[in-house]
Amino acid sequence: MSQPAIKVNGVHKSFGSLHALNGIDLTIEQGEFFALLGPNGAGKSTLISILAGLIKPSAGNISVMGFDVVNQYQQARQLLGVVPQELVFDPFFNVREMLRFQAGYFGRGRENDAWVDEILEGLGLADKAHTNMRKLSGGMKRRALIAQALAHKPPVIVLDEPTAGVDVELRQMLWEFIKKLNRDGHTIILTTHYLEEAEALCSRVGMMKQGEIVALDSTVSLLNKFAGKNLRLTLGDVALPVTIQSLVRNQEQGVFTFALSDMAQIEFVLSVLRTANIKVIDMQLSEADLEDVFLSLVGKSS
Amino acid sequence: MTSPKTTSQASLNATFRGPWTLLKKELLRFWRVAFQTVAAPVITALLYLLIFSHVLEGHVQVYDGVPYTAFLIPGLIMMSVLQNAFANSSSSLIQSKVMGNIVFILLTPLTHLQFFVAFLFAAIIRGLVVGLCIYLVAMWFIDLTIVHPWLIFAFALLGSALLGTFGIIAGIWADRFDQMAAFQNFIIMPLSFLSGVFYSIHSLPPFWQKVSQLNPFFYMIDGFRYGFFGKGDVSPLISLSIVGASFLVLAWITLKMLKSGYKLRA
Repeated sequence: MSQPAIKVNGVHKSFGSLHALNGIDLTIEQGEFFALLGPNGAGKSTLISILAGLIKPSAGNISVMGFDVVNQYQQARQLLGVVPQELVFDPFFNVREMLRFQAGYFGRGRENDAWVDEILEGLGLADKAHTNMRKLSGGMKRRALIAQALAHKPPVIVLDEPTAGVDVELRQMLWEFIKKLNRDGHTIILTTHYLEEAEALCSRVGMMKQGEIVALDSTVSLLNKFAGKNLRLTLGDVALPVTIQSLVRNQEQGVFTFALSDMAQIEFVLSVLRTANIKVIDMQLSEADLEDVFLSLVGKSS
Repeated sequence: MTSPKTTSQASLNATFRGPWTLLKKELLRFWRVAFQTVAAPVITALLYLLIFSHVLEGHVQVYDGVPYTAFLIPGLIMMSVLQNAFANSSSSLIQSKVMGNIVFILLTPLTHLQFFVAFLFAAIIRGLVVGLCIYLVAMWFIDLTIVHPWLIFAFALLGSALLGTFGIIAGIWADRFDQMAAFQNFIIMPLSFLSGVFYSIHSLPPFWQKVSQLNPFFYMIDGFRYGFFGKGDVSPLISLSIVGASFLVLAWITLKMLKSGYKLRA
């Protein structure tokens, strides 16, 4: 059986008295499109930094396709492409030079140029290949940063919030390209704040909170398990009957959002309102999304 | 998708191509701004040469039969070699750290030894290029004899390696540009100015002669100058041993720092 793309075993990380990671266990199989979600400070970036060898774990270990990221770091890093969260660049060089250098560090030479061209094309950077990194716009710098992580054609690709501050057009282009890479067999691991992205793209999701994984399942089953329907009722300035108060997830200026598991609960809410003589001014019903799961798991007390 | 065979082939390529790529990048980095990294130190050395030779020629007795200007030139060349070797590795590292782009190197399979060798050779080459340019320009002013060319080369090579290594240590240690400036202003500048570039230490009172002998820069300058005139304040073999041993000690410290990930990997 093939090795998992990523295997995380009991990883702890402390920075002084701060416990950033408290025993993370996680296995990501080859070919997966996996999302790691969590609020700021949940430990996602710390976990990715340990995976990338940028910081060392206090305990536990991580392997990439069977290679330990500390003891066999050369093999592990060959297999890994990491897009850092910070928008960093080297002002001395142009895009193509940077990609050639990056591939060169991994032992790739001119034979890799066709792949570099493919990345430039796929990320819409072809006409910027000879532009100095300094002169690129923010969005273009972000593309170049992603291109650099892909330059050595790694089978496992980690994108740490790649779409933060990126316009819609680039986001779509980026995801088309990443989806193609995933179809070609690359394992993709993504952290994002845009939950709809994770929902649309990723087959499996891990949610982190305060250095722990609080949910780990397929996207579909998470949605089934945690969420049902959202009922948005515009009721005006009223006092809700006690029996349905616990079902309210959000209340804002007379608009109440109820998180409900099935149709019977909808009927129940409406009948309680009718009995209490509360008039429904407007009503919307929607399926719950990953954001609801996210909020119910990590949002409220974080 | 990636068989063990292709993985081992890739790691074999990485052994040579990886550090070679890093060296190439480091060389291009200073060459792109050669006006600042090569031309500027050549002009500075030339100004020292013009001013000091004008003021002191005929007033200062150094070695018998060696005019002061001729005495001064090897010292200025070596001082520039050393300062520029230090500047190359230290400024590249501090810039990469402050800009954050050092992450591009930290994410690669490059070993600590490969990292060290690439930065070291880039520093040596920058030092030698600057030194050679000053030598070529100085030839316009005075006809310099060369008695022991291999000594000149050995001291330039070892001296730039020593300062290049020291630059790596400074670049790793410093977190901010002002800390790096402190390294330059409080260590490199005093040590290079008080090393006998502008005078023979035999012209100093005995106490200051002893103090000068504690300065490793003195041995690099004196040994380098010995290559030109066949004369020096101490034996070139003693100087060569001291410079070589200092390089080995600093290289060992640097490799330890890099291996432990000190200040680079938390």
